[in-house]
Amino acid sequence: MNRLDFIKISEWIKPESKILDLGCADGALIKFLKENKKTNGYGVEIDSRNIEHGMKNKINILQMNLEDGLSVFDDQFFDTVILSQTLQAMVNIEKIMDEMKRVGKNIIVSFPNFGYWRNRVQVLGGKMPKSRELPHEWYNTPNIHLCTIDDFEDLCHKKNVKIIDQLFLTNNKPIKFFTNFRSSIAIFRLTK
Amino acid sequence: MINSVGIVKAKKFNCNEKLVLSCGDVLSSFTLIYETYGSLNAKKNNAILIPHALSGNHHVAGKYKKEDKHSGWWDNMVGPNKPIDTNKFYVIGVNNLGGNDGSTSSKSINPKTKKVWGSSFPIVTVKDWVASQKKLTEHLGIDKLFAIVGGSLGGMQAIQWSLDFPDYVNKVICIASAPNLTAQNIAFNEVARQAILKDENFSKGNFYNHNKKPKNGLRLARMLGHITYLSNDTMDKKFGRKLVNNKFNYDFSTNYEIESYLNYQGDKFAESFDANTYLRMTKALDYFDLEKNYKKKLSSLFKKIKADYLVVSFSSDWRFPPSRSKEIVKALLDNNINVSYAEIEAETGHDAFLLASNHYHNLISNYLNQKI
Repeated sequence: MNRLDFIKISEWIKPESKILDLGCADGALIKFLKENKKTNGYGVEIDSRNIEHGMKNKINILQMNLEDGLSVFDDQFFDTVILSQTLQAMVNIEKIMDEMKRVGKNIIVSFPNFGYWRNRVQVLGGKMPKSRELPHEWYNTPNIHLCTIDDFEDLCHKKNVKIIDQLFLTNNKPIKFFTNFRSSIAIFRLTK
Repeated sequence: MINSVGIVKAKKFNCNEKLVLSCGDVLSSFTLIYETYGSLNAKKNNAILIPHALSGNHHVAGKYKKEDKHSGWWDNMVGPNKPIDTNKFYVIGVNNLGGNDGSTSSKSINPKTKKVWGSSFPIVTVKDWVASQKKLTEHLGIDKLFAIVGGSLGGMQAIQWSLDFPDYVNKVICIASAPNLTAQNIAFNEVARQAILKDENFSKGNFYNHNKKPKNGLRLARMLGHITYLSNDTMDKKFGRKLVNNKFNYDFSTNYEIESYLNYQGDKFAESFDANTYLRMTKALDYFDLEKNYKKKLSSLFKKIKADYLVVSFSSDWRFPPSRSKEIVKALLDNNINVSYAEIEAETGHDAFLLASNHYHNLISNYLNQKI
């Protein structure tokens, strides 16, 4: 596996630290971090098929609904909390941001950038965008809260979290300039 | 019998060491009836213990005779190429002390008095069961259990094992269980006990020499139990308002199908189950209270645990609901213990833990077959 987002996220993770991956799917990132950084971590996932599949890996996955909050975890329990490609599917985004601040010392959030030029072109053409990152039809998409990189920065400001690092990708390659226009995925490293 | 462990035989373990019980009484010796499936490997590290729930026993899988109508109580889970795969694991089923099926109980002879124990058989607890099971696993030459897999009251035994013998247990699968019973659960148990205790044939528990057994009480206890093991939805789907002969009888004979089902289950159970066992099993459930017994909060108590956990609950189980399983998960998380948790969508209530579903079975199988 050579996912640049995984590699970059792992650079931000201290060896042997405690991590929580929210919306962890089958736990691929937790497994990657466990193998590469010897982290001790848990994943939270809602989908039964992902839980079933993830159970094959020797990782900890908890089937819970993120919308209900993270009450099973104590304050400041984790060194890093990761919300990978899940933000846009949440109903209550401010609540999950508050909960991540509560249980984690550092926060990593990745999401599909709605400001990516291909999305903009499709909207200009009169259609809701579809892409590798946003593969669903408008009527069946789980992605109900799409935002651009600039929008997310505004939210961080409002929520009083500092941005320590950012990474922007398109087709698994880093984007350096005009990021809100040129990148399809954004990854933010945040702290309080 | 494809995928079955086939014809099995119950075995007997006589332990001549004394066992000090939670209530203070001492059993100078005891017998446990058990069954095993698969074979213990050379490293002796592939054993899985399956403690039973309220009315279960050691007969987990297979049949005693080809003609037997029913297989063991968890035959859908245990067998060759089944989730608990007997090609790979050495699986042990055991009848608990005080149990219905041959282990030392009220029906046994008290070695001191040379008479049937009857009502004088002590109240045994989950902790006592675990201590006695440990004697059995040692007798079988097991250095460390690969896993303990238990549902409901069996899940409580699994938790107790991981606390009392932390170095002896690798993995715990705790299904549809709880860290203790709620007041509502104790209430159901008390109604069941009163039904038995107030049965005129109960004779204060010493009914073995009589021709009559307290069948009415047991019947009622079982009927009540069955109501609580099912969900409202399942009952509606399975029975609804269906009448047995499509008309109102205008008397008190069995009229609705749900009545017929409960009466049948009650009768069947009252024929085969021991009233003293039922009383004691419900008490073991009520008295399972780790925080009270150890005078510690669950999360500080769980510090001792070294086993990895898989906790499983079922969405419609209102006797041991998901919220109770999450309490177990929370206390494990507080101690950084490896734990996974699955909340399975099922409409069948508490009974779901005994029923086969692909997702449930795949979960258990995937967990037990993780690469080490």
